[in-house]
Amino acid sequence: MANTADQIFVLLKHWIVSVFPIAIQPYLGVLLSVVAIIAVFPGLFALTTVIERKGLGRMQNRIGPNRTGPYGILQPIADGIKSLTKEDIVPTSADAVVHFMAPLVLVVAVFMGFAVLPMGRNMQLVDMDAGLLFFFAIGASTELSIFMAGWSSRNKYSLLGAMRAVAQMISYEVPLLMSSVVIVMITGSLSLVKIVDAQNQYTWGLPHWYIFTPWGCAAFVMFCVAGTAETNRSPFDLPEGESELVAGYFTEYSGFKFALFFLGEYLGMFSISGLGATLFLGGWSAPLQVLNFVPSWIWFFSKVMLSIVVLIWIRGTLPRLRQDQLMNFAWKFVLPMTLLNLLVAAIWRFMGDGILRWIVCSAILLGVYVVVGTVEMRRKKYGPRSYRYAE
Amino acid sequence: MNVVFWILAVITVLGGLMAVTLKNTVHCALALTVAFAGLALLFLQLDAQFAGFAQVLVYIGAVAILVVFAILLTRGSETPSEGVLSHTWFAGLLIAAAVFAVLAWAVLKSTAVLQHETAAPSVSVQQIGSALMGRYVLPLEIVALLLTAAMLGAVMVALHEKGEQK
Repeated sequence: MANTADQIFVLLKHWIVSVFPIAIQPYLGVLLSVVAIIAVFPGLFALTTVIERKGLGRMQNRIGPNRTGPYGILQPIADGIKSLTKEDIVPTSADAVVHFMAPLVLVVAVFMGFAVLPMGRNMQLVDMDAGLLFFFAIGASTELSIFMAGWSSRNKYSLLGAMRAVAQMISYEVPLLMSSVVIVMITGSLSLVKIVDAQNQYTWGLPHWYIFTPWGCAAFVMFCVAGTAETNRSPFDLPEGESELVAGYFTEYSGFKFALFFLGEYLGMFSISGLGATLFLGGWSAPLQVLNFVPSWIWFFSKVMLSIVVLIWIRGTLPRLRQDQLMNFAWKFVLPMTLLNLLVAAIWRFMGDGILRWIVCSAILLGVYVVVGTVEMRRKKYGPRSYRYAE
Repeated sequence: MNVVFWILAVITVLGGLMAVTLKNTVHCALALTVAFAGLALLFLQLDAQFAGFAQVLVYIGAVAILVVFAILLTRGSETPSEGVLSHTWFAGLLIAAAVFAVLAWAVLKSTAVLQHETAAPSVSVQQIGSALMGRYVLPLEIVALLLTAAMLGAVMVALHEKGEQK
């Protein structure tokens, strides 16, 4: 195994830390890891803004930004300079302290979520026993910052957007947690490092990723839906829809605070993608056993960027869901399916190895999905399209 | 008693004090969130990982938002015209001091019983899980029943309002 290339960042960190005296070595190690995270993820954010604008542009049959640098690559630099030099407008009747704190709370909470993600072999910041619980606890704190932003702006549209966003995030938090509980149940540990280690085994050269099991696939689909709703991405972006609510809860923010909200939202996307890759796609493990010579951190970041590209793709393709449609979807469809998934995973565990458990579990999940889907669709009367014209 | 404990204690107490003395009710709710965060950090300082993270998830992630919504959707979001302190503040202070004295006496008495415990017990999540499923399964089921009743009650209250409007 090409151990050096795999562990190059860990070895680099140990080498830098060994130069300094023993007393400050642990603190310096932590500081270096923190600086690495703070440097890498906003860099990826800059890359993602270019990919998103060019990608959405091509999907909508137009070219994205192409003036700044070749193929618009230097666009994030231009955006950064613009947001730094814009005037920071705070409305007079706005609550100044809360208005200031809201983007800070968001960015701090989202950065803390990166502490438990294993980005490579031995490359997590903290190996916590209850790592997954920490991640979800921090994710729940971001809702508070959105409410703070909406309320402190003293703006009807902001408040409306914030209430909608918080309601949506609370509704989809339950399916998000329940679809991850299945993984915890089968692995037997809340630690993300152990979850990745459990998926790092190979049978006939194929990996033991949880997405390749019936309950894992169903849980992955529900995790994707809930994760997209948690980060307020299309098709669940009614709270920040430009055509609906001006800009939702960050209407009254300008300049760098707006950039911080933008950063927080995209880092939330990275966070959820990273967690999805860790729980379902095997984290830093390679798809085929022969590919183990490629360093583990390349696999992790490839999976994260693939998830980001799929999220951008979905944004350019699907129409927006209405507020009551997405709440109905969460409580009446996704949540019961996650509970059923728990049952199916328990059946899987107790049936023992063999082809029978694959057939039984897949049959249960597909059967319920098809039955519930047809029953729900029959109640809606979809006829041929009719037009109403203004008289 | 190290420095971290004193810092966290100051944060928690300040958050609690601000939660009862600020004029704007939403500010009070946010100060209460700071107090919750202080409590969670105190749990983490005592190496109770599960309790600390559960505190953040439940209190800051759900209860604080519930409090804020309740303030927004009722008339509590208007700033009060009179002062925040009520007329009977002295009696309230006496009662609070009495309750605190009883709690402090109970806690300090209990250290006499636990004097032979030298090392802090490290409770892993797995032990909590086994205890919940083994020894404490009856309280778990009763709490689940209580939660179901609460949810049903909430749905009934909301449903009744919709029926009255029609």
